[in-house]
Amino acid sequence: MSTVVPQGRRPQHLTIGRIGVYAFLVTAALFFLLPLWIMVVTSLKPMEEIRLGNILALPSAMTFEAWAKAWSSACTGLECNGISVGFWNSMRILIPSVILSIMAGAINGYALSFWRVKGANLMFGVLLLGAFIPYQVFLYPLVRIFSLSGIYNSLTCIVLVHVIFGLPTMTLLFRNYYAGLPIELFKAARIDGGGFWSIFFRVILPMSTPILVVATILQVTGIWNDFIFGLTFAGRENLPMTVQLNNIVNSTQGERAYNVDMAATMLAALVPLVVYFVSGRWFVRGIAAGAVKG
Amino acid sequence: MSTVSVRDVTVAFESVQVFDGLSLDIQEGEFIVLLGPSGCGKSTLLNAIAGLLDVAEGQIWINGKNVTWEEPKDRGIAMVFQSYALYPRMNVRENMSFGLKMAKTPRPEIEKRVAKAAELLQITPLLDRRPDQLSGGQRQRVAIGRALVRDAAVFLFDEPLSNLDAKLRNELRIEIKRLHARLGKTTMVYVTHDQIEAMTLADRIVVMKEQKIQQIGTPDEIYHRPANLFVAGFVGSPQMNFIKGRLENTGEGLSFLVGNRRLSLSGYPFIVAPSSGQDVVLGVRPEHLEISSTGIWPGFTVDIVEPMGADTVIWCSDTVGSVQVRTSGSRRPTPGESLTLQLDPTQVSLFAADSGERL
Repeated sequence: MSTVVPQGRRPQHLTIGRIGVYAFLVTAALFFLLPLWIMVVTSLKPMEEIRLGNILALPSAMTFEAWAKAWSSACTGLECNGISVGFWNSMRILIPSVILSIMAGAINGYALSFWRVKGANLMFGVLLLGAFIPYQVFLYPLVRIFSLSGIYNSLTCIVLVHVIFGLPTMTLLFRNYYAGLPIELFKAARIDGGGFWSIFFRVILPMSTPILVVATILQVTGIWNDFIFGLTFAGRENLPMTVQLNNIVNSTQGERAYNVDMAATMLAALVPLVVYFVSGRWFVRGIAAGAVKG
Repeated sequence: MSTVSVRDVTVAFESVQVFDGLSLDIQEGEFIVLLGPSGCGKSTLLNAIAGLLDVAEGQIWINGKNVTWEEPKDRGIAMVFQSYALYPRMNVRENMSFGLKMAKTPRPEIEKRVAKAAELLQITPLLDRRPDQLSGGQRQRVAIGRALVRDAAVFLFDEPLSNLDAKLRNELRIEIKRLHARLGKTTMVYVTHDQIEAMTLADRIVVMKEQKIQQIGTPDEIYHRPANLFVAGFVGSPQMNFIKGRLENTGEGLSFLVGNRRLSLSGYPFIVAPSSGQDVVLGVRPEHLEISSTGIWPGFTVDIVEPMGADTVIWCSDTVGSVQVRTSGSRRPTPGESLTLQLDPTQVSLFAADSGERL
């Protein structure tokens, strides 16, 4: 018989089971952090130290030489201008692609959920179907179409490809988010005399912040990490960072410069990483906001 | 002259017909309430008048103009919604002036109209707040204000008070009535499922059920002379008592008979010629049943007593069925007590048992 009278907050007990759970979680976290650790320490070591083979050890003589080399003078095939060329190429692809694909998705979603276009459901179904067909199927036909129309191997071409392939997901995202907004808002705006564009820009878009954040994160990471479209459609002048990274890692003369490879890889991963860290909270909130109704 | 006229309108969703040839004429300055249970089509009718919904057939006229193909903004209407539908990222002033801005009204004119509407609704101190900083009642006031600045000839209300608590609902109800009186010649069409709102606000009530108009009439007509069993049962709380029986000719005119009880119908204003032996339903409002020792229907037993403050509702029954009696608040019979009821044939309603129509 317990003599303690239950009152107030229930007491918390640290049980063996709970300790086990925490131990497992910590181990799992360490396990997944390990590759990042190796990358960071390797990139900060000079080659002499790497040759010793202690890949987990902290660098004894820390140097940022590898980072500088990776950025500005590593060789991607014949040219040796580092990965910075790829970084700026990626930026030039990323910014217009993200803005245009999000705008297209938002307008599509808005039209589909508020304006009850004839055949809207069919159109949406076909659009979604497009999202399930493997990209590889489209590559050759698209290359033919673009080369016939004369924009193949250009910035326009790669941006257009990203916008087209972003449409299904972006439309789905925005359509579901807008389906959750009260339709009466739209009705009120129509009575107030709003047209297609004025309702979109003045009423609907200002309410779309959470889903805009989600769409931005999805598109920034997706487009930044893209390899195959960049390689196929961008042309030699506009190869994105991912392709350049591959070239750096694969074109070795003599000894493989592990520290430069690691530094280049981390430089290439920096943009999505920053986006996640800055907006993780928004991301979760927006995903939930878009997913509840639809 | 009628301001709103719905002529033989058919609305169809995909292949399902919602209305079939519905017609309704609303006079200038009239306060019309569309009343009915959910799903009866009252909101659909309002949306069709507003132009938010295309009609499949028929015409809609507003202010002597055929507006069937016009955009909502060109119909001279303003609308207030149940969920307020305030633009969340604009403050109250911007919310109220949005429609005028869309119509390219000059700025001084916008400011004048917003100030006037805000003063009328006592929301001037709220003008710079955002909707999420307002209470429910304030939001609905702003929504009404947004409708007011449009200077429309016709106001459409789609269950504007349904989201508010009881006290606020009563306050705003009176305010809407006052507003209608103050605006003078403004026509109002008001959709609700709340019969109190309908009874208190309306010049005329349109009772709807299953996409059909059941009865159009003043609140008095609807309450005292319901056109059929549905209207009789839907309007009034506690509900009208229905007693099944039949008509019989007993020498001194027609009488209503149920079991061994009878009620002489000598003073009843028949609108359809009745026939002797016909099966009918007698409808009596609870307040028209009187507890009286000299009553004509003895032998009712009290089941439940519901004191409501101002009055008391007594549920009593006999072998034939049960009835509710509404009596003054001070009267509290105890369950099991035997009662004798009195009723006046001029205050009852008779319905044909087969069609449910008033006799």
